[in-house]
Amino acid sequence: MTNSEAILDNAARLRGEVGGNLHDRLTEAIYSDAGAIAGRAVSAGEQTGNLEQKFDRILTSRLWGFPLMILLLTGVFWLTIAGANIPSAMLGELLQGTVYNALHGVAAALNAPWWLSGFWIDGVYLATAWVVSVMLPPMAIFFPLFTLLEDLGYLPRVAFNLDRLFKRAGAHGKQALTMMMGYGCNAAGVVSTRIIDSPRERMIAIVTNNFAICNGRWGTLILIGAIFVGATAPPFMASFIAATSVVAIAILGVIFTLLVSAFLSKTWLKGEASSFSLELPPYRPPQIWQTLYKSIIDRTLIVLKRAVIMAAPAGAVIWLISNINIGEASIATHLISFLNPFGLLIGLNGVILLAYIVAIPANEIVIPTILMLTLNLSKSGLAQTGVMSGIDDDMQIQEVLTGMGGWTLLTGINLLLFSLLHNPCSTTIWTIWQETRSLKWTTISTILPVVLGIAVCLLTATAARLFF
Amino acid sequence: MSHAETAIQCGSCASGCNTAHLAKLGIKTGNWDYVVALAGNPNTGKSTIFNALTGLNQHVGNWAGKTVTRAEGAFTLGGKKFKLVDLPGTYSLLSTSVDEEIARDFVLFGKPDVTVVVADATRLERNLNLVLQILEITDRAVVALNLIDEAGRNNIKVDERSLARDLGVPVVSMAARSGKGVDELLGAIEQVSSGEFQARPHRIKYTDDILENAIDTLATQLHGQFEDLPNARWVALRLLEGDESIINAVQTATLGTVRAANVFPPLVQLEAR
Amino acid sequence: MTLNMLKAGRTATVKGIYSKDTERRRMVDLGILPGTLIENVMASPLGDPVAYRIRSAVIALRREQAELIEVEEEG
Repeated sequence: MTNSEAILDNAARLRGEVGGNLHDRLTEAIYSDAGAIAGRAVSAGEQTGNLEQKFDRILTSRLWGFPLMILLLTGVFWLTIAGANIPSAMLGELLQGTVYNALHGVAAALNAPWWLSGFWIDGVYLATAWVVSVMLPPMAIFFPLFTLLEDLGYLPRVAFNLDRLFKRAGAHGKQALTMMMGYGCNAAGVVSTRIIDSPRERMIAIVTNNFAICNGRWGTLILIGAIFVGATAPPFMASFIAATSVVAIAILGVIFTLLVSAFLSKTWLKGEASSFSLELPPYRPPQIWQTLYKSIIDRTLIVLKRAVIMAAPAGAVIWLISNINIGEASIATHLISFLNPFGLLIGLNGVILLAYIVAIPANEIVIPTILMLTLNLSKSGLAQTGVMSGIDDDMQIQEVLTGMGGWTLLTGINLLLFSLLHNPCSTTIWTIWQETRSLKWTTISTILPVVLGIAVCLLTATAARLFF
Repeated sequence: MSHAETAIQCGSCASGCNTAHLAKLGIKTGNWDYVVALAGNPNTGKSTIFNALTGLNQHVGNWAGKTVTRAEGAFTLGGKKFKLVDLPGTYSLLSTSVDEEIARDFVLFGKPDVTVVVADATRLERNLNLVLQILEITDRAVVALNLIDEAGRNNIKVDERSLARDLGVPVVSMAARSGKGVDELLGAIEQVSSGEFQARPHRIKYTDDILENAIDTLATQLHGQFEDLPNARWVALRLLEGDESIINAVQTATLGTVRAANVFPPLVQLEAR
Repeated sequence: MTLNMLKAGRTATVKGIYSKDTERRRMVDLGILPGTLIENVMASPLGDPVAYRIRSAVIALRREQAELIEVEEEG
């Protein structure tokens, strides 16, 4: 017998001697000392009113819990959409107008060959400029608002409100919290599933985290919601309707999270929801300025940096595939005509599908990629001379997409859906592999959302064809 | 003692969504004069204190489970380099969840020079549960009595001297969000790390003779097998309780090894099903 | 009675814990011990879980957990 075995044997024997429920007895001893010490140190005066508790009872009440949650979310997006409009237009004018023209001016003065200025200015620079002007304003408004809600202590209340649904789906109560992390970044969300002890429930949380819309996708949703869905409403309602469409997609994400969790609990990851406890922390008044500063530095700039880093090479790739010809047409044209039939079948198009392939490293660059591909490919010939600079606000983006790209309301709606339901970005896929070390589950986590996305888009496209 | 020279130094970045860099955060005690662990219940402002001491911007969320793994940072104080390790927020060190295990393993086997236990002044009794558990393991501790401003608003007064007397370790009242008490905390950390402050920590008394004998027997045996074990009595108690993770560690002779910050059990075991 | 039967706004004293193993540890570590006062603070919109005040922290427990805690309501 080894020493270790001897120790464990001895421990087992002594355990019988000291009697059962030792843990209870020890904890009781600790709490009784804690009570005595606290009793000597703490003197509590008259407790001030129960305002917080009343507030909490409303926020989580049978009647108001869910409507208030949706209203709060809609409010956040309404502020984002309404507020981002003007700064987006101004940034667009500056980056795609003034600076862009100045760069071409310099290139012309230096007699730079067309392919050199094209590659750097129409490819690398322009993709970067697009990302900044499209992404920065909504993020700079959305993240501080979301962070305020988080600091206030509202997120655990959301988990509290939703828990019954998660339980019925056979999922862990803390999955709602990992979903909240996913709303920032899915890779972070996947890591945060470590707070779930049961391997079965942790795996469910990992697979479904992608249904929480991440930083990189909010920008796409907000823009497309504004220019396609919002535009169908009268102007004074436009921002509100646009916000509603974004909220609807977010709620759809929660529904898919629950459905897929329930499906996994009944099939490959069979089991009942295990118990948990969730603390509802006291509300703390957020420190407004610090929150603003931190959410801009921590979240907005980090996401923007990642987007820019990914956008520059993507811009180069887009320019190259748009300008290198095989036979009669450019590589991009070949790829898009190959993807187009399938894209159109599911109510999207070849450009969107190609953009999602280019954007595997980062969802942030989907919109810029779509715009550059659409412009580069349009037969108007504008792209070659780089007249993209004219596009500097949302309405003009819509004109490009509908006029040159042939988009309809269906394309817009299906892009919203596909933005929710497609493969995770490469960082998230890598993180899933790191956390699970399972090829099977990494593959399922990657493929399942795309399959769902294609199915849902096919459904809406078919419905649109039948009814309109 | 002046803390004017308290320089803030950026050791590593723990914010944002990039998980890849967590791998770099091993325990390299060689580069540090002292290691300080930061423990506490969830929602006590641990991360705020971490940021205040290191100048890092670890995002502070108002919910439990925000810090899943250890975050590490550094600061210098009185010419000495301190490494600060932020542990996951836990109610207890006795349960079986992974975050509690990470916190416990570090306090027990990472042998930090100082363990700062953050306690919420508005719910002291509950927080003392963890404080007392940590004092069972180590006597090199400082209690940061945070949220003293919130307690004041709720008409709760905490006598920090009575508390310090009962606990036998320094107690510092803080309102970390507004920076109150940070200098005093640094002072206490310095005193405990340098050995200037001699702690006489509160220990739970077990009047039960059978239990005391059992602890002694096992502790002696454990010392024979694991020479560097800092607190054999504590480990013995866990064995008597039937703590699975400790039993497992004894079995595999890995007792006393601290897992690296990024080593988390991967989920492959599900594959086998 | 068991904890899940406690009405909103009412307080009860813990008499015993029926949960086993890990689950029991978890309850005990939250400070749920014989003699502990527990108040039902509020139920979630769908009725389950319920938030309880336990030693001055508000903690949500699912019905299955509350069913395993024996309590006696305070007068």
